[in-house]
Amino acid sequence: MEHFTPWSALAGGALIGAGATLLYWLNGRIAGVSGICGGLLTWARGDTAWRAWFVVGLVLGTGLYAASGALAFEPRDGWPLAPLLAAGFLVGFGTRLGSGCTSGHGVCGLARGSRRSLAATVTFMAAGVLTATLLTPLWVGG
Amino acid sequence: MRMTSLAALLSGAVFGVGLSVAQMTNPAKVLAFLDVGGAWDPSLALVMLAALTVSALGLRLVGGRPAPLLAPTFSAPSRRDIDGRLIGGAALFGIGWGLAGYCPGPALAALAFGTREALVFVAAMAAGMWAQGALDRWIGARREAAMG
Repeated sequence: MEHFTPWSALAGGALIGAGATLLYWLNGRIAGVSGICGGLLTWARGDTAWRAWFVVGLVLGTGLYAASGALAFEPRDGWPLAPLLAAGFLVGFGTRLGSGCTSGHGVCGLARGSRRSLAATVTFMAAGVLTATLLTPLWVGG
Repeated sequence: MRMTSLAALLSGAVFGVGLSVAQMTNPAKVLAFLDVGGAWDPSLALVMLAALTVSALGLRLVGGRPAPLLAPTFSAPSRRDIDGRLIGGAALFGIGWGLAGYCPGPALAALAFGTREALVFVAAMAAGMWAQGALDRWIGARREAAMG
């Protein structure tokens, strides 16, 4: 438990919730990142710009925070290529097939009391824990 | 720039700061939570708890209004059925999440760090999203052809 960071976790989580609330309040949209991002792959009149700007906001928010010098970690670089590529592909394919990810199902969906999101969240959490617990020692040579 | 774009930029930026304050953009931290076999770090459970609490309150408060400020209606999913696509997709996503420690939001936000791995991950993620859509269209076209 030496790396436990409860206060920044709560503060960061509250900001994530605030961002999701803001998007729903202003645009009436659910802040599901995989859905917002997936919608960018097909151009639809009047439905593309806000998606792109939300993604720009994500990058800008993290970029400004990092530039302020407040980042509490050194960004990781150098994860082995094979698991990295497989991970990206599975995350992209799976979130589109399952209509959501950590934000859409895990935060907004659960917040709205959706049974679908509860089922999805339990499933991806279990799969994530199982995969990371079994395979992480392979990549970090533990 | 439309008002809805500005609103999305602002919401995304708040979300993006939150992801990095919470260290969701630190895949090592995410894996330390998902890997229960090592030195387990429960921080991400608190991220979820706080995000969930604030958005449950926020979405409820906002949902009581007749309409959003900048759009004619709220667009929230209304499906209630739990099917194979939902569970299968969530399982594949979970496996991918556990393989590297990135989920979609943090991966996109991590592009700000300019690391090679964030770029490679996001490219592979876009390919996966595209492949899922292409597969759906292919299956749909075959089904239509079979029905003559």
